[in-house]
Amino acid sequence: MISFNLLVVIALAYVAFLFLVAFAAERRAAQGRQAWLRSPLIYTLSLSIYCTAWTFYGAVGYAARSGLEYLTIYLGPTIVMVGWWWLLRKLVRIGRAQRITSIADLISSRFGKSTLLGVIVTLLAVVGTTPYIALQLQSVTLSVAVFAEGSGTRWGQADLARAALWVAAGLAVFTVIFGTRTLDANERHHGVVMAIAVEAVVKLCALLAVGIYVVWGLAGGIGATLERIDASTVALWTPAPGRWVGLILVSAAALITLPRMFQVMVVENDDERNLGTASWAFPLYLLAMSLFVVPIAVVGLDLMPEGSNPDLFVLTLPLAQGRQDVAVLAFLGGFSSATSMVIVATIALATMVSNHIVVPLWLSARQQGATMTGDVRYVVLVARRLSIAGILALGYVYYRLSGGSAALAAIGLIAFVGVAQVLPSLVAGLYWRGANRIGAAAGILTGLVIWLWTMFLPSFGEGAVIPAHVFAEGPFGLAWLRPHALFGIDGIDPLVHALYWSLLLNTLVLTIGSILTFPTPLERLQGAQFVNVFEHSADKAAWTRSDARAEDLLMMAQRIIGATEAQELFRSEAARQGKGGYLPDVTVDFIGRLERQLAGSVGAATAHAMVGQLTEGASVSVEDLIAVADEAAQIMEYSLKLEQKSAEQERTATALREANEKLTAISIQKDAFLSQISHELRTPMTSIRSFSEILRDGEVDPEARGRFATIIHDEANRLTRLLDDLLDLSVLEHGQVTLNRERGTLEAVLDRAEAAVGPAVKLVIRRRRSAEQVPLETDLDRLAQVFINIIANAAKYCRAEQPELRIVVNSRADRPVTVDFIDNGDGIEADSQKIIFEKFARLGDTRKAGGAGLGLAISRQVMEALGGAITYLPGQGGAAFRVVLPEAARLAAE
Amino acid sequence: MNRRVLLIEDEPNIIEAISFILSRDGWTVHTHSDGETALDRVRAGTPDLVILDVMLPGRSGFDILRDLREGDDTRALPVLMLTARGQTKDRELAERLGATRFMTKPFSNSDVLHTVREMVGP
Amino acid sequence: MALRPRRSEFLERRSYRQRRMRDAGRILPVFALVFCLLPLIWPRQGGADGLTSTGLMYLFGLWIVLIVLAAALSRVLRDDETRTNGDADKDRLR
Repeated sequence: MISFNLLVVIALAYVAFLFLVAFAAERRAAQGRQAWLRSPLIYTLSLSIYCTAWTFYGAVGYAARSGLEYLTIYLGPTIVMVGWWWLLRKLVRIGRAQRITSIADLISSRFGKSTLLGVIVTLLAVVGTTPYIALQLQSVTLSVAVFAEGSGTRWGQADLARAALWVAAGLAVFTVIFGTRTLDANERHHGVVMAIAVEAVVKLCALLAVGIYVVWGLAGGIGATLERIDASTVALWTPAPGRWVGLILVSAAALITLPRMFQVMVVENDDERNLGTASWAFPLYLLAMSLFVVPIAVVGLDLMPEGSNPDLFVLTLPLAQGRQDVAVLAFLGGFSSATSMVIVATIALATMVSNHIVVPLWLSARQQGATMTGDVRYVVLVARRLSIAGILALGYVYYRLSGGSAALAAIGLIAFVGVAQVLPSLVAGLYWRGANRIGAAAGILTGLVIWLWTMFLPSFGEGAVIPAHVFAEGPFGLAWLRPHALFGIDGIDPLVHALYWSLLLNTLVLTIGSILTFPTPLERLQGAQFVNVFEHSADKAAWTRSDARAEDLLMMAQRIIGATEAQELFRSEAARQGKGGYLPDVTVDFIGRLERQLAGSVGAATAHAMVGQLTEGASVSVEDLIAVADEAAQIMEYSLKLEQKSAEQERTATALREANEKLTAISIQKDAFLSQISHELRTPMTSIRSFSEILRDGEVDPEARGRFATIIHDEANRLTRLLDDLLDLSVLEHGQVTLNRERGTLEAVLDRAEAAVGPAVKLVIRRRRSAEQVPLETDLDRLAQVFINIIANAAKYCRAEQPELRIVVNSRADRPVTVDFIDNGDGIEADSQKIIFEKFARLGDTRKAGGAGLGLAISRQVMEALGGAITYLPGQGGAAFRVVLPEAARLAAE
Repeated sequence: MNRRVLLIEDEPNIIEAISFILSRDGWTVHTHSDGETALDRVRAGTPDLVILDVMLPGRSGFDILRDLREGDDTRALPVLMLTARGQTKDRELAERLGATRFMTKPFSNSDVLHTVREMVGP
Repeated sequence: MALRPRRSEFLERRSYRQRRMRDAGRILPVFALVFCLLPLIWPRQGGADGLTSTGLMYLFGLWIVLIVLAAALSRVLRDDETRTNGDADKDRLR
């Protein structure tokens, strides 16, 4: 007999292996080598979390009890998968287009980004999934207990509970590490998906190994096995039509609506085409998983002693026959099934809980301006981590309270029916534009209540939650409300009873509610976008200006999706509008896009609420959009070409307008420039002339004479500097500059700049040297000149009590290196941001500057000559400049 | 003959130069270097003469001059405008606004001294 | 000149075929469901022998056929989608 300790060692080694796999996958993804991680094979294998410990162990038990009925659990998903072109393709497309983060988010987003619906579906998912997680914990502990028993120790309740606690804690650690690495729930969890794919292979191999051993090792071949099947008690196959149809239906629904399935199928989907491969590969996987279920059940019933638990045949049968190697493999298979389900389900639920319950609560608690203060990212991340721990704790508590009930299958089916309540609203939302929020909420609530009353609560046993007399006579003597005989129709199988009543009334209420009530504009808009997702119809720009300032929006976006992504989003939007810089016009179109981007992190409802806080005219702008997306607009035929043309015209017009503004400004500037130069030259000359006259006339005491001579000297220097700058600028402007390319590191250039500005200034400079180890090949002197300029500017203009300059280097493989200089002063007004790079553009207190206001103009010319850029970075609190290093400046070899 | 000059100028070295020249000639020189508060300073100090630079932080010398000429107590105050921009339109504007005299930088020390003496009278 | 009509005819046949393949993609799950429900109406003489193994073989056979059909269809439809790049459903109006 294999020692119990050895089994624990094997299990721990397996867990360590999974951590390694996940780490390796995250690493590969971080390095940009994702092709393999995005392959259809990995996608298909990740779908296999449909097969949990319930199907791994329980299917055999199911077959031993009710024959072929277990197959319905696999046939339903098969039908949905082979019909991918019809439903799943649309679901995945919408999921990607709207950056959906969970099933609750999908429903909430479709029905007008409704917070209420998000909460309802989240609660439903938590209630439906917690017992399921408990079930997985139970299956792991039971399988461990089997081995413990084999090696002579009998496990009591306390031992089981302790094991379950350890498993739950371990899973929490894994899930927190790999499930909350990125905030954007819409970004892929490569580590998790990879680990799950590996587990999928392990559980399939394990089950196949047991099956092959049973058929060829124990039963004596296929023919003999079939004979045994027909001879066994399982042979009595009298399928109950109601259950057969109902189970196919509910398992088909579960494939779509189970939070964990939605997570891997829609949220983690990288490429829509993977669905095509999965459409046949996943049914094939299911077939392989169920192939040997009946043989194992039949042989198990034959060989195992009377009264053995058929749910554990996969494990106990090889053990009883002395094949410990097969048994250990089976154990790992069951372990894999349980852990992968728990991990994904927990991530899915945590996303829902944090996005639809915690963050909205936090937002409403902070009332106004919550979007502008505090780090939303941090709140969301913490919420998600706490949710993971909370959900696993809930699963553990449920496991302890339920005391490990006997039949595994019951809980699985109860959960299936529970989450299936989302299906009517989901399907209606995808195909019927008329379905609305009130209908959906009422429908789901109706289904939820019926499910709780007829299935979930009775599952604890008669007299446990619902008193026995209620089962017999109904609550308050209302016989038509008996949990197993609604409306007085008695004698239906409880599962079928609950399934049909809940789904039927759910759908009925949804339909009637939608027909009788009127949707809000946003619902109609979202409805059109979902139903017509393949036609890109509602993506028109209604050029209504909103009150929101681009800078505020950028500030908020940075807090949610991170600085780099937010800036990139704003920059590309500005470029799309034909503008430079980081502040695009706030069009309805742009707000929509921004909202979708934010929704990828915090869910549609929250994103809408947050943007809504800043764009006060939200209701008006939605009306504008509605006009476009409305039925009337749909009838209108506009060709895509026309659209593109008008968009192009819009861009050209914007560009022209900007060019014109610039031209006008330049001609004014020409005059101003001359008079500026005159001023800048005459000022030092005045001092020089005046003091030299004083010195010439004599009668000055020696101390004053020295001071005056110094002034003359300094002012002469200032003149020289000014002339140098002017010359430099002129050379740069005419592109006649010769660059002196050298190699060095960014750190060295920054060091040089910092030293040149000198320690005398009060400014504290904060750097992260580890980020500055970027090898460069460019004109380092010129680059240093730019840095010196920016640092000197901060030293001069930053008006904070304790002036501070942060230098943030951002070097990612797929983007040019950027160096941000952010001070803690007052920043620069939006109007002024446009002119600071112009010549002599000094703002405010001129004397303090000491220079002529040419520094930034020169810096801009230098960066252009080097092939990079320097821009003002709005929305950072203080003044902030971003230097974008030229692509070629970075050495390829790292 | 302790006469007071108020010098409104923001370039420290020029302040030092003019102060030196005028003090040596027996004037009491007060200085002020902010455009925004310059008007209050003139009213509070009641100088005999104001030397006013055009390019000041906060407020242009021309604006200050206009306000001086509109106030009853400062309407007759002698004002010497100084500018480094040296364009004729600046001179014209200064004259139109009622500057007593106008000088461009750089100036000769003796010119400044003579002009100031002239403006205040014997 | 003689080539032109032939070519356009070929294209038309091709896009016609594509659309019928999409139809097949939509109808496949319907047939799948119907065939899954078929065992319910099999004649049954109270607990006759062999039913389970027959049922088992029927369902697994059906399953394999579905997988093969889905594989063939996904190949056609996936190419189709790559080519038309997503606006395939616009053809629905026709």
